[in-house]
Amino acid sequence: MQSFTYERAASAEQAAAAVAARPDAKFISGGTNLLDLMKLEIERPAHLVDISRLPLDRIEETAAGGLRVGAQVRNSDLAADPRVRSRYPMLTQALLAGASAQIRNKASTSGNLLQRTRCPYFYDRNMPCNKREQGSGCAALQGFNRMHAILGASEACIAVHPSDMAVAMSGLDARIETISPGGETRAIPIGDFHRLPEATPHVETVLGHGEMIAAVTLPPPPPGRQVYRKVRDRASYAFALVSVAAIVEKSGDRIRSARIAMGGVAAKPWRATEAERMLAGAAASDGAFTDAAEAALAGAIGHGGNDFKIPLAKRTMRHTLAAAVESA
Amino acid sequence: MAKTDRRSGPTRRTVLEGGVATGVLLATGIPVGAKPADSVTAAALPTPVPTMPMSLRINARDFAVELDPRTTLLDALRNHLGLTGSKKGCDHGQCGACTVLVGGRRINSCLTLAAMHEGDEITTIEGLAEGDRLHPVQAAFVARDGFQCGYCTPGQICSAVGMLGEARAGWPSHASADVAAASVALTDAEIRERMSGNICRCAAYPNIVAAIRDAAEEA
Repeated sequence: MQSFTYERAASAEQAAAAVAARPDAKFISGGTNLLDLMKLEIERPAHLVDISRLPLDRIEETAAGGLRVGAQVRNSDLAADPRVRSRYPMLTQALLAGASAQIRNKASTSGNLLQRTRCPYFYDRNMPCNKREQGSGCAALQGFNRMHAILGASEACIAVHPSDMAVAMSGLDARIETISPGGETRAIPIGDFHRLPEATPHVETVLGHGEMIAAVTLPPPPPGRQVYRKVRDRASYAFALVSVAAIVEKSGDRIRSARIAMGGVAAKPWRATEAERMLAGAAASDGAFTDAAEAALAGAIGHGGNDFKIPLAKRTMRHTLAAAVESA
Repeated sequence: MAKTDRRSGPTRRTVLEGGVATGVLLATGIPVGAKPADSVTAAALPTPVPTMPMSLRINARDFAVELDPRTTLLDALRNHLGLTGSKKGCDHGQCGACTVLVGGRRINSCLTLAAMHEGDEITTIEGLAEGDRLHPVQAAFVARDGFQCGYCTPGQICSAVGMLGEARAGWPSHASADVAAASVALTDAEIRERMSGNICRCAAYPNIVAAIRDAAEEA
């Protein structure tokens, strides 16, 4: 690990200003991903601003009937909150499908959103990686790429975003509130928060340097049954090959509305908007789910090792939609 | 200084005493007020490593140390405070051998900085027993033979203690059919899922699960 100086932030504004003042400074909260990468010298901050004790650790009701989740709420506390469990069960399911209990006890809401990819070539400093070292190339394109992206990737990068939580939040239309060094705030729809790789895979979000996440706001729970389903290589403590978060609202035998987000398939949580449009008003049948899954994966591209993800994602989506409809 | 710390230690088992004393004397940690033990090593470094003072509360005792900010909580425990019960397996949060309790919650001590835990109540495997009376989870691991080589055991036990607290609080898991249910029945499937952050390379899992089941039923 490279040497760094450390300070504990006194307030959100001060933390943002402290990071903004130095290009080599970073926020640290749970640290479960950042320290892992610092040990490998993939992340090399010269200054750390510890925001873990800022009073951003509460989950509050919003006037609109949703919840405002402070950026420092730990993943385990968010998953266990009775309001989340009863009103946003898909979010609890997604959180509990991710990492281990020890890591969930440490990892923060904002850190989960900002975690880096687990692409093995990003982690291997002997291999080219455009995300780690701009212009060096992408070793995954011709390499071991069974975990990699099938949607929204580029010739520069086919890494996926590893979060489960963010996939559920995408399906729930969460908004990410930030605070900037000058004290200005903004709310970013989660769909606009992460960036696709294009030619600049090292730029992963729309955040500016020193801009800090203060909270994630969940709108009131949408009508319908929520289901999060994750397919992975092990029964526990493994990243998703594919995951699907679905909310389906039924009216009689027909679907009134559906929301679908996929994980493990792209550099960001992937909303299947075309599939959602097709399902609105359709009969709640396996045929409709199959058509929706085909539409959702219509633009998918495999890279050899991950070709299997395309049919896997379709099947996972069909099954998740069927499960959501069963008791909707 | 280090010697005084050791002598006033509360619950260390006698059998460990000799080893712990050696560990403390050899440790490179610098208790406040003391000088670095090995001035030759210090002089050989091209530039002194910057350190920062911090106070850590471990097993109900306060330690004042001067550490490189890079020091993880695990390295502070093992290399600077002589508390070698917490083990270093992968050093990347994947194996769970370094699990300790902070404010009663289990975390990977390898994936956090010592500096981030000033003032926190930290409990390691050395702090679970009351004198010679083992913690119920420790006793259950002995009774059920919940280990083979024993390297993962301190992490398994600290993790299990934290896990039982989570289950008592009604926290669901990935194995729970209904995440909104108010209480948790600790079936073997629940125990296995909740303990998935702790690897046992000897694969003593059946006995580890049995030990945790016993401890859960006893509590």
